[in-house]
Order: sequence, then C-alpha cells, then structure tokens
Amino acid sequence: MFKYLKQLTSLVAMVAVLFTFTTESMAAKKSKTLKNTQKKGFVRCGVSQGLPGFSNADAAGNWTGIDVDVCRAVAAAVLGDANKVKFTPLSAKERFTALTSGEIDILSRNTTWTLSRDADIGLTFVGVNFYDGQGFMVRKSSGITSTSQFKDGISACTNIGTTTELNMRDFFNSKGIKYEPVAFEKADEVVAAYDAGRCDTYTTDKSGLAAQRTKMSNPDEHIVLPETVSKEPLGPVVRQGDSVWEDIVRWSLNTMIEAEEYGITSANADMMKTSDNPAIKRLVGAEGELGAAFGLDNDWSLRIIKQVGNYGESYKRNIADTGILPDRGPNELWTKGGILYVPPAR
Amino acid sequence: MNFKLKDIVPQLITVTAVVLVFGFFTYNAQINMENRGIDFGYGFLSQESSFDVQFSLIEYDGSHSYFRAYLVGLLNTILVSVIGIIIATILGVIVGVARLSPNYLINKFAAFYVEFFRNIPLLLQIFFWYFAALRALPLPQDAEAIFGVFFLTIKGLYVPAFIWQNFSVFFYSIVAAIIAIVVIRIHAKRVQENQGKQIPVFLISIGLIFILPLLSFLIGGVGISFEVPVLKQLATTSFIYEGGVSLPPELIALTLSLSLYTATFIAECVRAGIQGVGKGQKEAAASIGLTPNQVLKLVIMPQALRIIIPPTTNQYLNLTKNSSLAAAIAYPDLVLVFAGTALMQTGKAIEIVSITMFTYLTLSISISLLMNWYNKKIAIQEK
Repeated sequence: MFKYLKQLTSLVAMVAVLFTFTTESMAAKKSKTLKNTQKKGFVRCGVSQGLPGFSNADAAGNWTGIDVDVCRAVAAAVLGDANKVKFTPLSAKERFTALTSGEIDILSRNTTWTLSRDADIGLTFVGVNFYDGQGFMVRKSSGITSTSQFKDGISACTNIGTTTELNMRDFFNSKGIKYEPVAFEKADEVVAAYDAGRCDTYTTDKSGLAAQRTKMSNPDEHIVLPETVSKEPLGPVVRQGDSVWEDIVRWSLNTMIEAEEYGITSANADMMKTSDNPAIKRLVGAEGELGAAFGLDNDWSLRIIKQVGNYGESYKRNIADTGILPDRGPNELWTKGGILYVPPAR
Repeated sequence: MNFKLKDIVPQLITVTAVVLVFGFFTYNAQINMENRGIDFGYGFLSQESSFDVQFSLIEYDGSHSYFRAYLVGLLNTILVSVIGIIIATILGVIVGVARLSPNYLINKFAAFYVEFFRNIPLLLQIFFWYFAALRALPLPQDAEAIFGVFFLTIKGLYVPAFIWQNFSVFFYSIVAAIIAIVVIRIHAKRVQENQGKQIPVFLISIGLIFILPLLSFLIGGVGISFEVPVLKQLATTSFIYEGGVSLPPELIALTLSLSLYTATFIAECVRAGIQGVGKGQKEAAASIGLTPNQVLKLVIMPQALRIIIPPTTNQYLNLTKNSSLAAAIAYPDLVLVFAGTALMQTGKAIEIVSITMFTYLTLSISISLLMNWYNKKIAIQEK
C-alpha cells in the first residue's frame, strides 16, 4: 500500500514539475492572452449593449460598428479571420470588471480614457478610435438652442457609471444651475424615459446622442445642442500587465488609421505590395519584419486592411453612411484638418 | 469514545472544507488583484464623490464623501422598503380577508388580483408602472390639479409642503397623547382584570389623538400654512412645479410595483392563517356570547397571527431585497448609487460589493429579529 503511494506521489510531482517548466517557457516567449486567444480560436471582445455606429447587433446577431471593427482587426491579425470574435455586450457598470476578471480580453465599448481609469483600476488604454465630447439633446419644440438657456430645475437623463455623470455635475455647477439628475443603468431606458418626457434634456457623448436619436419615436423632434462640455477620447482598453497583447491591440488600431493615411484600402491592399513607398510596403507586409515583434507573421497588417478595411472605410460604413455623424470633424486625419495622428509603423 | 469520534469527525471535515474554500477564494482574489495592480482598501469612502444624486433624504451633493453617498442610497432603500411594507401589509390583509368573503364578486376579484400580480415577474411590473403608466401621465403644463393642490405629472407627484409655526408644541401634544393612551390602556386592563368592567379604550384613544393636537392649534399658538406647487416655465414646452414637495415618479413606480406584488403573497399568508384556525374555535367563542367583532379580535386573530407572522416575515425580507431592482428605473437606491455609480467611479468592486452585501444582510437580519420578537410575543404562553 505504502509503496504504491510513494510511486504515485513521485509521479504526480514529476508531472507537476514538467508542467510548470513547459508553461514557464511558453509564457516567457509569448503573451498569456495571445496564447489563450490562439488556443481558443476567437478573440473575446466586450462591446456595448447596442449603440448604432459603435457596436450594434442586427436581427441576425451580426455585430457592426467602429468599436466592433477594432476587435475584428485584432482577430484578423492574430487568428487570420476577422469573424473569429466572440462579442460580449456589457453595461457601463459591468465593463471594467468583465475585463479585469478575465471574462473578455479587449474592451472596445466607447470608453473614455481618463487618468483615474488608466492608473487606478488595473486597465491600460491603448489608443483613441473616436474623439468625442459630451453634449446635450433637447426637444426642438422647447425652443432651447443653446445650453445658456438652461434654467434652475431642469431634469437631465443619463447613464450611471460613466464620465457623463461627473461632467454633468461640473457643467451645471460651473453655470450655477440647479438640476435633477435621473441616471439609469441601461442606455435603452435612458432613451425611453427622455422620449416619454421624463427629462428636459438627455446628456451623453455627442456621438452617442446622434446614435440614440435614431432610436427615438420621432428623431426629427430632437436636436443636439452645439456646445461640447467635455473631452471624451474613446478607445479600446486591455488588462494591465500583458504588454505584448497591449501592443497587438494598439498597433491593430494604428494600422487601420495609418492605412487610411497612405491610401491603402481593402480593395487595393494586395496591389500596394509593389508600391514604391517603403512605409506602404511595410504596412502590407512586403517589407520588414514588423509582426515578429509580437510573435505574429508578416501578413498580420495586410489581413487587417483586407478584411476590415482602413479607418476611413470603417467610419464611412458604420457612422457616415448610417447617417449618424456624416461629418468626421476631429476624427479626420491630421493631414486633412482632423486630429487623428498615429505613430509610424516601422 | 468511538461514538464521540463518529459525531465529531463529519463536523470537523465540514468546518475545514468551509474554511479552505473561503481561504482559497480570498487568496485567489488577493493574488489576482496583486497581479492586475488593483489596490484593496476602504480609504476611498472618505474621498469626494463628485457625482450628484436625484433624490436624497439627507443633504448631499457631489462635494460630499462616498460614505455620504452610501448613506443616501441606504436611506432611499429603507424608505422604499418601509413604505412598501406598510402598503403591502394593509393591502395584503384586505385582499386576504376578501378572498374568504362569501360575496362572490369580492371573493373572485381578490382571487384574480392575487393570481394576476404574483405570476408576472416583478421586473416586468416595475417596467410596466414606470414606462407604460408613466407615459400616460400628462406633462407638467397639462396636468389637472387634484383637489386644487396636488399635481400628478410625468415628472413626479407634486404635493403642497407644510410650513409650521411652533411645530415643537404640536409635536409635544402628539407625544402627550400617545403617553396618555398607553396609560389608559394599562389602567383599562387592570380595571377589567379586577372588576370585570370594560372601558371603551379605542374610542378614548381616537379622541385623545385628535383632541390634544387640536388644542395645540387653538391655545398652543401652533399654526400651519401650505406652500402650493406653482408651475414654472423652463423653456417653450418645458415646465416644472416649484415649491411644495416633489415625489419622483421612480419612487412612486417602485413603491407601487413592490407593494402590489408583495401584497399578493401576504394575502395568501393571511388567508392561510385565518383558515388555519379551527372552525370549532369560532363556534365556541360565539356560543359563550362574544360578539362577531370580539370573536375576530379575541379568538380568531390571536391564533391566526401565529400562522401568519413567520411566512409574512419572508415577504418583508423579499420586498426589501427586491427593492434593489430600483436600478432599472433610476431610483437612487443603495444598488444604483453605491454598487452602481460609486463602484464605477472608484473601481473598488470587491470592497463596494462586500459592503453592499453586508448592508442587505444587516437590513434583512434586523427585520427578521424584529418579526421574531413579535412572533414570540404573540406565541402561546404556557403558564
């Protein structure tokens, strides 16, 4: 009896030691998140519960939007197929916990990059895929055309767990206006309550206002006021502590933006391999070894451009053509008067 | 010796298993938080919250601390639970008795109410009252005054505020009335035990509670005036009422749905309790000459209550816990304010969720203890 026990113990110990060694060496080479993603065969991506233009599911369950495209780009780079993404719809309240607890690997959910979020809660923002700002929506019939016409007693509908709640207080306090905040957990309920007349104004990021306006019973009855009361740089987020994964997500986004800068589109990407411009050749994988840095093959960026398209294509498809925000405003390339400017891929 | 070991060993194993499981979870959480660079600590409670809350029983705005925000949420939860429990109890008792009524219409109506409301998920009912019923309410500018001073609108119920003069005198008059009633009750009991005479305690009590405060108005210098809500224009089509007290529609919808839902269960407890008292009890009481009122008050109810109280306690606990569904319709309860906004702004998930859980646990245990005490009081006392 004892003899067997001894043998069994040594066997278990040996297996354990072997296991530790193999995992150790692999983890050293690759990122844990990357390894898990490749093993699972899909990218786990947290998105909104439905914000047209950013992340929205149609009746058949297909997700579209510029936030969705970031995850698709990562899937194209890492797994070779932009459709290998599992989307998890999250409320504003759940999103960070879902990411830090490891339920998702990328949070691409119109999330504002702020100091406290970046520093405090174990998250890392990898970039900005939409420059936004908080605004206010009112009924046209109210005759309000500017936030300067707001008066004491105004009620404002919004979401909980967002920077909106904090900005709203800053804004009304600085104007000395007494207001009634009505904060809901889900965006759909905010829209329903505002639409019913519970609130005089609905406040959130301007892109969100433009998108939600399309859901109102009569969109033409509402206008978004011209004032922007805050900076809201929205971008994808990853867990802190996996710098390789962080780099992959960051450069997947940057690739889309830089591809637009150099005029590479999903249609002409293959032809660009013979371009004279080395920067273009690097982006389509015809020159250099850019993928090796994060353990990917050299066609990773070509796949992103071919399968998802460049940033301009994504914007046009999701936001401009759907009538949400036809004008790109600050989200135009720096070469065309906007502020989209990414470090060079080299 | 062997016998004792057999007793102890399973318990020891259970305790060890529980400790190990908890230890594992704590250790796991610690390691994970360390890996992800998340600090653990309750220091954030004293930081400035920097968000506002729609409805608060205590003075609060964003310049107060997170702890203050916690208190705001807690008090709002208690408010909606207490109002809900009171309404649900009154409604539940009425419906429960109505279900036993020999009147066909009343009986069937009560049965229909119970079956209808207890079989629809509570969250749906909350949404119904908030979104469907709310949409039907008029905008402030279109609202018709009820009794000239109440305004029920989509933005809430506006009621006149009382403005008191010498409120303390009025308050003391009520305290005096209550003390007088207690003294009279004790006296009446003694008189009945010693001399067998009955004093109409109920009538005297009613008289006292009205006459003493009335006297305070007539000779105590107490005055009261009303501040009636007045319509105020914010923009061409946007209005509110100013002055008076405004009850947010979220509070109304939540209280309504919670009490209507829970009342069905309480009604069933009441019906079961009354039916649980033997028919012979009623007949025996009647045969010794008690009036029907006395039969109900002295014989049926004391026995029925013993059956009613324990399951009703469960319903009170359910109502309190269900009030956390408030978050869906923007009523700023503990879950919305603290486990919602505060959690999001600080990212202190473990701390805040544990505080919230502990708070609900404390609330529930308090209700349990109170009801158990009452249950013990009315239980059969063998002499």
